[in-house]
Amino acid sequence: MIITLNHYLVLSAVLFSIGTAGVFLRRNLITVLLSIEIMLNAVNLTFIAAARQFASVDGQIIVLFVVTVAAAEAAVGLALVIALFRHRETLNPGAFTSLKW
Amino acid sequence: MIALIPLLPLLGFLVNAFVGRRLPKAVSGGVACTAMVASFAVSIAATWAMLGQPGPVRAIEQVLYTWIAVGDLQIPVAFRVDPLGSIMILVVTGIGSLIHIYSTAYMHEETDSEYARYFSYLNLFAAFMLVLVLGTTFPVMFVGWEGVGLCSYLLIGFWYRKRSATDAGKKAFVVNRVGDFAFLLGMLLLWTAFGTLDFQEIAAQVAPMPPEAGFGVLSVATLLLFVGATGKSAQIPLYTWLPDAMEGPTPVSALIHAATMVTAGVYMIGRNAELFSHAPETLLIVAIVGAATALMAGTIGLVQNDIKRVLAYSTVSQLGYMFLAMGMGAYAAGIFHLYTHAFFKALLFLGSGAVIHAMAGEQDIRRMGGLKRDLPVTYWTFLIGAVAIAGVPPLAGFFSKDEILWRTFEAGHWVLWTVASITAMLTAVYMFRLVFLTFHGERRAAAAPPSHPEEEEPAAHKAGVVTPPAAHAAGVHGVHGHLHDAPAAMALALVMLAAGSVVAGFVGVPAALGGGNRIEHYLAPSFTAHGAAAHDAGADTAEAARLRQGSGGQALTHADGAEHADDHIAVERTLMLVSTVVALAGIGLAWFFFVRRPEAADTVAARAAPVHRLLLNKYWVDELYDAAIVRPIQRASDRVLWRQVDAGLIDGAVNGAGSIVAGGSAVLRRLQTGTVRAYAASLLLGAVAIAGYYVWRYVQVGG
Repeated sequence: MIITLNHYLVLSAVLFSIGTAGVFLRRNLITVLLSIEIMLNAVNLTFIAAARQFASVDGQIIVLFVVTVAAAEAAVGLALVIALFRHRETLNPGAFTSLKW
Repeated sequence: MIALIPLLPLLGFLVNAFVGRRLPKAVSGGVACTAMVASFAVSIAATWAMLGQPGPVRAIEQVLYTWIAVGDLQIPVAFRVDPLGSIMILVVTGIGSLIHIYSTAYMHEETDSEYARYFSYLNLFAAFMLVLVLGTTFPVMFVGWEGVGLCSYLLIGFWYRKRSATDAGKKAFVVNRVGDFAFLLGMLLLWTAFGTLDFQEIAAQVAPMPPEAGFGVLSVATLLLFVGATGKSAQIPLYTWLPDAMEGPTPVSALIHAATMVTAGVYMIGRNAELFSHAPETLLIVAIVGAATALMAGTIGLVQNDIKRVLAYSTVSQLGYMFLAMGMGAYAAGIFHLYTHAFFKALLFLGSGAVIHAMAGEQDIRRMGGLKRDLPVTYWTFLIGAVAIAGVPPLAGFFSKDEILWRTFEAGHWVLWTVASITAMLTAVYMFRLVFLTFHGERRAAAAPPSHPEEEEPAAHKAGVVTPPAAHAAGVHGVHGHLHDAPAAMALALVMLAAGSVVAGFVGVPAALGGGNRIEHYLAPSFTAHGAAAHDAGADTAEAARLRQGSGGQALTHADGAEHADDHIAVERTLMLVSTVVALAGIGLAWFFFVRRPEAADTVAARAAPVHRLLLNKYWVDELYDAAIVRPIQRASDRVLWRQVDAGLIDGAVNGAGSIVAGGSAVLRRLQTGTVRAYAASLLLGAVAIAGYYVWRYVQVGG
């Protein structure tokens, strides 16, 4: 079976949907962060597939950036999670609603 | 050179306004007086230079710069000295100098800074007045016109801690604004009609036209200008501010509210004589208003008890005379009376100032009397002024007043002549009532306030009349004991003005008395339109004759109509005799009522109580204006403008805008739940929507 671009794209879409569902449905902030990582990597997969398909390095370069940003995001996100937990003794995102009018 | 005339007082103003506070009185007063005297000297030089010009049209002009240049409208700042202007600048700077000198003594009880402030205002006034009379165009004149109004306001309210003084200042300013608005409208109408605002160009354009029948553009424009003049020159219906203006220092009353500023309206008509001559309807109205004002103010003057208010009503009355002359087309006679009046009325005011000064601020003639012994200089000069204004020959007032009466009689206006003659008698009566009550008889200084409280003036005025000015109330001089006569500086001004009141009339001795009426011939070129148009010499007399014909058919001055000349001279001499008798009879009446049998005056007053009360309350004109204009405006401002428009509409709009935003926000802020997942959901929905749009478009286009 020849693996075409479409296979990559479908896989990417599936991964992205899983990630999105995780962001919305999970009740633990750490899992939500992990879901975001899945979404980012779904996008990375698309870039890589497209780069290979069109013989261009642009997609690979962007993926490097995304990985960098994702690392930073994970660091900041986990720090926030620790701070929030110390404050509220919970990681349920539904509990953090005080930033409003 | 001409520009120096207003610039010197302006310089004096700048010095006193900016550094006067730190100068001793001698310096700030000296600067102001020097500026005025220097300006007077330049005025003489300018007049001399003007007289040296050849031809029938003698004038010198100086263009400083172009002030306004918009399309066809070119307005230069230019000053011009012609015969009419020369008389005005000599009066303003000459009498202004004397009054400045007088003021150095009169105001010496003020603090240094107040003293400098006083002189800065006085100099500023002189500068604006000179701009007014020297300007060659309406807008430049209007600058001076507004400027003198401002200075009048500042000086009336000079003693600003006194409520009645500030009120009087505001009244003068507001009433003048009413007139100024009409003046402005008249000016704009002239611009639309003639396309120029230069006096000479307007006169040149209007000269070939026939006199306007009925109410056309000329009549309306001149009438609007005249309304402006009634404001500035205190004529019916806008005269009410002038008597109240007596709240200011007395030298101010002498300079601004007697000798110079209030004559601006008369000057303005003289300056536009050609224009007014072509609007006979307006001239008739001017004459009627003038005569009515003269009579009305004269009757009020009969019963007033404040020495300055009597003089104020006298001023209004004499200004009425001047307007009567202007309305008769006898412009030279009007300007002649303006010129002689400046001497004797300034003298009378300064004399009353010397009395007030000696009496430590007392202005009520019922508490004076017998001052002749203590104030000889003041008495004799005041007496000369009173004789001059009463019209007794050969003093100045006789010639000018008689010229007006004669020209009115000659024009066939019997009613106006009768009114003017009655006014002449009233003038003699009230002036000598003032002289007798103030200087003759016994001192009534300790006399209690009047026994008829119901006859007192309204409370608002009373407060100002009875309360002495702050400076004088300080009480350096007691009312009791020895009174000191005018100090040297004041005496100098009084004597000079008294001399002027005696001799000033001789420039206008009429032909009937063997004089050449030189002032009329001197002024004649200023009243006709040949300056700018450069007519030949022959046009001069033709123009003058046509002008006389044009101004309501008065015709016939002393020069023309040779066959009637003898008759005319006989009639004129008879009339002079009549007016002399009238003046002497007035003096006699005053003597009878206020010296011979003082109780007779009270009897008459009691017998004609309603009339007396009517006059004492000045025909209730102030109350009428108050009820008809002031209070409705206040009520409308309060009930409608404040409560409805401001509090309702404007505050409503502002608060409403706030409420709408607040209300909308109350709804919109519910979107912000604080739940992170909701934000993420909206983000996702947005992304899906945008992506969906592109997919949909791809399907549509590519599909």
